[in-house]
Amino acid sequence: MHHHPESLIYELAEVARQIRLDVLEMVYRRKAGHPGGSFSCAEMLAALYFHQLKIDPARPDWAERDRFLLSKGHAAAALYSALARRGYFPVEDLERWGHLGAHLQGHPDRIKTPGVEMSSGFLGHGLSVAVGLTLAQRLKPPRYHTYVLMSDGCMQSGVAWEGALAAAKYRASELTVLMDYNDVQLDGAAHDIMPLEPIAAKWRAFGFSVIEINGHNLRQILEALDMALEIHSMPTVIIAHTTKGKGVSFMENTAKWHGAVPNDAEFALAQAELRGYQA
Amino acid sequence: MSEIPQRQAYGVALAEYGAVNHDVVVLDADVSSSTLTKYFADRFPGRFFNMGVTEASMVDVGAGLALGGAIPFVNTFAALLTLRACEQIRTCVAYAHTNVKLVGGYSGLSDYKDGPTHFATNDVALMRAMPNLVVVAPADNVEAALMVPVLAEHDGPVYMRISRAAVPDVFNTAHTVRLGQGVTVRPGGDITLVGSGSMVGRCVLAAQALAEQGISARVLSIHTLKPLDVELIQQAADETGALVTAEDHSIIGGLGSAVAEALAGCLPTPVEFVGIRDTFAETGLDPDSLMDACGLGAGDIVAAATRALQRKRC
Repeated sequence: MHHHPESLIYELAEVARQIRLDVLEMVYRRKAGHPGGSFSCAEMLAALYFHQLKIDPARPDWAERDRFLLSKGHAAAALYSALARRGYFPVEDLERWGHLGAHLQGHPDRIKTPGVEMSSGFLGHGLSVAVGLTLAQRLKPPRYHTYVLMSDGCMQSGVAWEGALAAAKYRASELTVLMDYNDVQLDGAAHDIMPLEPIAAKWRAFGFSVIEINGHNLRQILEALDMALEIHSMPTVIIAHTTKGKGVSFMENTAKWHGAVPNDAEFALAQAELRGYQA
Repeated sequence: MSEIPQRQAYGVALAEYGAVNHDVVVLDADVSSSTLTKYFADRFPGRFFNMGVTEASMVDVGAGLALGGAIPFVNTFAALLTLRACEQIRTCVAYAHTNVKLVGGYSGLSDYKDGPTHFATNDVALMRAMPNLVVVAPADNVEAALMVPVLAEHDGPVYMRISRAAVPDVFNTAHTVRLGQGVTVRPGGDITLVGSGSMVGRCVLAAQALAEQGISARVLSIHTLKPLDVELIQQAADETGALVTAEDHSIIGGLGSAVAEALAGCLPTPVEFVGIRDTFAETGLDPDSLMDACGLGAGDIVAAATRALQRKRC
């Protein structure tokens, strides 16, 4: 287990703050997007792109790179911010998200956007795609690790559980699932719309090693990511308990901000809150 | 009629090509003994993945394998593949442009004994409407075998349908295929019979019957339904002035629709459609009598040609 210095935690918290500020501005400018589910995974994206992933933004197709799949494609703005801030493309490109001719689509497009490993949009595909990547690197080195960020919505889809069956069959320890469990989806609370509990028991029953964390606690995220790499007999899921809309008081824990756009006053207030937010 | 079913020709070819191209991996959804990918599985167990009855996930796993540099052939019954995994094909194969080779066995009515749930009569319509996807229906066993390396060496996603049944032989072993290039099987100047898949052989039989009536029918074999060989079809329309399309598929959205789309805008020409009417069909005792009962017989092609010729003369 690595010791993670306070300076790293501080640095990643600042990245997460920047991701949220970018997402807020992108959604406000474009008058479309998904702030709630982008905010709930900001710390995880910061930890992955600015610490964990073995990547080189100058070589998006470097064969040895770790793979990251955003199965919850509606968090596209957060992914775009992480990629831009990490150097895959100019930060100014974020201003043209969703414009005709721009490379940043409403949901991630692997053909158009450097650094996007897989196109996504409809929920649930990522785990099965990750199983395929895992099998591929066994057959054809170099070896790499695959990370997939799922939402609670992803885990309501049948294809996700089919993917879990396959991950267990092939003892896919070279993949780590991060489940952004904010418990809020488009129409309301996930526990009302289609309950997932007992989710940890379900993952265990499907053959996964389960780590449960607070998904906004960077130290817990980093430790969980390290632990997952030490498990060599089965795939790992990090169940990250998160808050939808985290960081903006009036967006937190409400389905309304799954796919809503702030007005001028809300934008100013949200910006002020995010600038003062301490993880 | 060929001595072995088309699926066997495909299965044998896939296993043989597996020895040549080590990037090829094969996935199946618990029907490898039916699609006959089991030949590949027996020879290359390390490159064969039996995914069980997880068709949707299997397509996504295939996409992941392709992203990792493998060349996955993803197999199950055509109806299951294109219906149950339709969104996976749309999002993770066609839209994401992953190098996945989708192979649907049991095309058309060829699984006569299992009935309408198992028939694939709208797979071409669905797959043809997917941008980026090449759609292939080999005419016979020679083409089915030739397509294996052609698909593998094509950089991009492909859907190929394969018959469960023995289909009429059309080509000899000197035949070659190029994706997107139709084949003139038989010359003729009065009318053109355009066939795909197992219907090409029946078009040849129909052309022979028409010849006895003094009608010279050209036969085109369209193994690539998309991109369609528009030039070959427009030339045939221009030179013969009437066409019949014949497919082991619904008349909605398949070869007939593609041919009509190719002609309507620039060269309106009488076209008659031989295919499955807007029906689920029914269980039969053997593939050929079922196809005949569903309007897919050589006699149906002859009758359609007669109608097209009458419209041509008007």
